[in-house]
Amino acid sequence: MSAVEGYESAEALQNVSTLKSENHRERRTFLGLSMPAVLVVLVVVFLPVLWLSSLSFFNAAGELSSENYARIFKSELYLRTFVVTFQISVAVTVICVLVGYPLCYWLARMSDRNAAILMVFVLVPFWTSVLVRTYAWLVLLQRNGIINESMISMGIIDEPLQLAHNLTGSIIGMVHIMLPFLVLPLYATMRSVDTDLVRAAVGLGSSPRGAFWRVFFPMSLPGLFAGIVLVFILSLGFFVTPALLGGGRVQMLAQRIESTITIYSNWGAASALGVVLLLMALLMIWLMNRVFGLDKLFMR
Amino acid sequence: MEQVGQRKIDGLWLTVVGIAVLFFLILPTLIVIPMSFSGASFLEFPPTSFSFRWYTAYLTSPEWMSATRTSLIAAILTTLIATPLGSLCAYGLHCSAPRIRNAAQILVIMPIVVPVILIAVGVFSLYAKLGLNYTLAGVVIAHTALALPFVIVTVMSGLQNYDFDQELAARSLGASRAYALWTVTVPQVKFSIQTGAFLAFITSLDEVVISMLVSGGDNATITRRMFNSLRDQLDPTIAAISTCLIVVSVVALVGVQLIGRSKNVDK
Repeated sequence: MSAVEGYESAEALQNVSTLKSENHRERRTFLGLSMPAVLVVLVVVFLPVLWLSSLSFFNAAGELSSENYARIFKSELYLRTFVVTFQISVAVTVICVLVGYPLCYWLARMSDRNAAILMVFVLVPFWTSVLVRTYAWLVLLQRNGIINESMISMGIIDEPLQLAHNLTGSIIGMVHIMLPFLVLPLYATMRSVDTDLVRAAVGLGSSPRGAFWRVFFPMSLPGLFAGIVLVFILSLGFFVTPALLGGGRVQMLAQRIESTITIYSNWGAASALGVVLLLMALLMIWLMNRVFGLDKLFMR
Repeated sequence: MEQVGQRKIDGLWLTVVGIAVLFFLILPTLIVIPMSFSGASFLEFPPTSFSFRWYTAYLTSPEWMSATRTSLIAAILTTLIATPLGSLCAYGLHCSAPRIRNAAQILVIMPIVVPVILIAVGVFSLYAKLGLNYTLAGVVIAHTALALPFVIVTVMSGLQNYDFDQELAARSLGASRAYALWTVTVPQVKFSIQTGAFLAFITSLDEVVISMLVSGGDNATITRRMFNSLRDQLDPTIAAISTCLIVVSVVALVGVQLIGRSKNVDK
């Protein structure tokens, strides 16, 4: 906008109709520059997902019906998938908050330099392939893996625990993958909190704990909320780690969608599951946009 | 006095938890590196002997080499396509009316908002009609769509700190639009564009779910092969491959950081 106005003032003496048409042309040019990228997303992501979602509203005979939804909400199998997905996502989010919040608070009170160095410990895992990290957990958690071995040698347990190929393994692996998504926005928010306010509260007679809970914590909430939404939404649709660390015993929504299509070729049911997943994700993103703004999603 | 003691305990507690969580994050990430040099024929940690046998196994396997080639070519092509398209899109949206900008922003952010399994299944059926499944072009197009939001968002935030009047000044002095864009605007948001390119490269290289469905045969990506292999057994060759992937990510990350630092020094 400002660009166009600037242009106008520079050419103020030209006649108005020329200016108007130039203005329009200018806008069309800018829009045109954006179009190739928008088209790619439209054709590769938007339309196929829309088409996939539309399948859920038709039955096997190709007639409009709510059969697919009736089926997924009545079937024991699908209902259990929903429950398991929800439970795992909540558990992963809660654990991430419990371990991520103290970490961020600890980092936020350091000097910029030290915190920047320690943030490498968060960023390297963040930029390492999910597959690589899942593989590492498969090795660590296996029956004769280092975790079982060291617990046995320390005398904590007698028999190796079943840690991988089940729910425990899935949750441990997912927490590891998701934690940076909580830490990055939360840490950024905590850094921007004015610590003088906490000091002022203590100076005015509040206990350090009181100052933390009544002054610092509320100001860190936007970042915490953004992290929670990110972790929860990514967990809901997560595929790779539960598929490998769950060892077939854990079936989350994304795996159920994949197997419903590749094994059972039931596109209607898979599509209905997909629509439910999509709606939950969009609801979360909408909430996040209201509270935090979408741009904060990205760490630079 | 009591308060000071309490604060020390709080501080100690916080330090212990902080260090523990950092180790929890970094150790499993790096553990594959020592494992990849193990001489044993099964997976063990800590390794008891040293050898390059798993690197030899990786580098001499035609399947793994072909998958590596596919992944690298796909990642490079994705970067080469997504970076200019995304940067142009960011530039165009930055100068568009707010209403258009907001609508377009929501659309281009979709690839990271929509659960990737849905995109994968959607793309798979689209490609089935177009005959693009199991082709390199198919992988590149899908990865480009996934990478675009990262480029667009980074470049847009770079443009927010850029004074657009400079480009107008260049144009009023006779530069064409393209020339002004290339010589005045682009150099000043170069760091954002490079960061976007890095994100695009890593997005493509590490992508699993879409590759799992739409790549295959001679054009299977390395992530697809790794995923399938991990479903069956724990092959130590994957430790060697993982180490290579970590090295690529870290080198790219350090590269971007160094470019950013040298830019700050110039200022």
